[in-house]
Amino acid sequence: MSAPAASLTDARGGAARPSKSRARRSRAPKVRVHHTGAILAFVLPFGILFGLFYLVPIGYAIYESLLVIKREGTFGAATEVFGGFTQYFLVFQNGPFWQSIGRVLMFGVVQVPIMLGLALLFALLLDSPLLRGKRFFRLAFFVPYAVPGVIAAIMWGYLYSPNLSPFSAVTENINFLSADLVLWSIANVVTWVYVGYNMLIIYSALLAIPTELYEAARLDGAGQLRIAWSVKIPLIMPAIVLTAIFSIIGTLQLLAEPQVFRSFSSAVTSTFTPNLTVYSTSSIPNFNLAAAFSVVLALATFILSFTFLKFTQRKEAQ
Amino acid sequence: MSTMSPAPAEQKRGIRPAQSKMPQAPRAQRESPLARGGALIVMGVFTLYFLVPIWWLLVAASKNRSQFNTTNPLWFADFSLFENIGNLVAYRDGVYLKWLLNSALYAGGGAAIGTIIAGMCGYALAKYRFPGRELIFNVVLGGVLVPATALALPLFLIFSQISLTNTFWSVFLPSLVSPFGVYLARIYASASVPDELIEAARLDGAGEVRTFFTVSVRMMVPALVTVFLFQFVAIWNNFFLPLIMLRDETLFPVTLGLYAWNSQVNQIPVLRDYVLIGALLSIIPLIIIFLLLQRFWRNGLSAGSVK
Repeated sequence: MSAPAASLTDARGGAARPSKSRARRSRAPKVRVHHTGAILAFVLPFGILFGLFYLVPIGYAIYESLLVIKREGTFGAATEVFGGFTQYFLVFQNGPFWQSIGRVLMFGVVQVPIMLGLALLFALLLDSPLLRGKRFFRLAFFVPYAVPGVIAAIMWGYLYSPNLSPFSAVTENINFLSADLVLWSIANVVTWVYVGYNMLIIYSALLAIPTELYEAARLDGAGQLRIAWSVKIPLIMPAIVLTAIFSIIGTLQLLAEPQVFRSFSSAVTSTFTPNLTVYSTSSIPNFNLAAAFSVVLALATFILSFTFLKFTQRKEAQ
Repeated sequence: MSTMSPAPAEQKRGIRPAQSKMPQAPRAQRESPLARGGALIVMGVFTLYFLVPIWWLLVAASKNRSQFNTTNPLWFADFSLFENIGNLVAYRDGVYLKWLLNSALYAGGGAAIGTIIAGMCGYALAKYRFPGRELIFNVVLGGVLVPATALALPLFLIFSQISLTNTFWSVFLPSLVSPFGVYLARIYASASVPDELIEAARLDGAGEVRTFFTVSVRMMVPALVTVFLFQFVAIWNNFFLPLIMLRDETLFPVTLGLYAWNSQVNQIPVLRDYVLIGALLSIIPLIIIFLLLQRFWRNGLSAGSVK
């Protein structure tokens, strides 16, 4: 028990350690690389797998997306030939795909702040002296994270359904599976699963703040709200940024929940989210176009999360 | 949970428990009862939000078919949970158990091997200086931002070139790679494995690899458990990769199997019961793992978020 606690203190010491590592780096040029064999033994297993299952697929997706299918006449054999950016023109002309991007962006703009806001609120309450039974709440809020997205979607699908739901008084009057509402019904499923997880990440960051930092503020008569706003939240910003980035990535990648909801609601089309578009395009099968969708989506995700990271870092630096 | 020794979080602050015992009465009075009541109400309402769906699932899974629609959905009728489980397990020669086993193999095996290789790589990036180190780390960090779902389709295309789709390996092998694991292992290793210790092991004549497995791994346990756990969950929850790779029902993980059943409910109504019971059973292993390992992963988590 004490071992992890001790090493955690080390971890915090490590965060504020640039001087030490700089000293070491200045020595580095003189030293030639030792233990080459050991380094290879440590790095290669991951390196090879990362190459095979991350870099090669990315390269292959780009390659496939640059090909087009050519047929000799109507019934001739199909061959793949280089087609330049043909597939990308098709992607940019594809209305449903951009609608699905717009849909998940709207989803993200609403759902991510709500989810992280709730997670932050719960984490702050868990960290404040206002609350008892903290362990119970911490656990109860985290349990949904153990429910896979597919299972959570199936469960909520039943809870939403007009005749099977235990809350049929509500679901008979409000159709949660209608075209207007189903996106937000899915947002609720995602929120339900991930609030507790994000709460724990933020809460862990709160616990890493030394108490002395806000003991002074408390003695000066600052209330819990004031302490939370002016002391705690600025200090845990890195954790909040981390959860935000993972949430943004998750939103753009939405697949399992809407795919499950297709069996509950006809309003969820085969192009409801970008990944559903990729999936349905590849089952046509039109792999070249699907690959182009994948590349555009991965690029959009990467750019969005990277920009967000840089943006918040600059804001923090100010 | 309460049977475990005090959570590290509370212990870590050291002064906290003593402090909160002694002046608790005066401090408790200082926080207004209104604020305390408000906090309790907020947490209480959301406890219902988080737990009622699972409660409903438990109740629904314990009913026989005729009672499902006719009795109070949030309370037990005749308790036939075990009978239902028996039916589920017997259905189609126990295909459900096969799915659970598959999930355990994909997630357990994949996370165990994946954690070791991510731990080794992160350790090397933290503790050795060699050309290209920062480049490797940055590429891996970029990998954290590339969503696994974006890789599913190209992986399928590659695997179909070498006729590996619809095999155990087509889902298992890609699951071994965890860039986030390397990131966390590096941060944690550079902070918690002292150079002096490695140096001492060297003087004792231990090889580098042996030093890692006998000395350094012990210091990295919280981070490694965290990596294992999150990779386990990621693989257990993974849906797109098996959906796109697998056709053979006997290779399905439990999530894909339940999804397949759920999409056939309209044709085969009996599947609805099995989906609900199966859903309940499938979340129990994860809850147990989280409870058993929580004192480790909560530490590892905070190390990652401190950066």
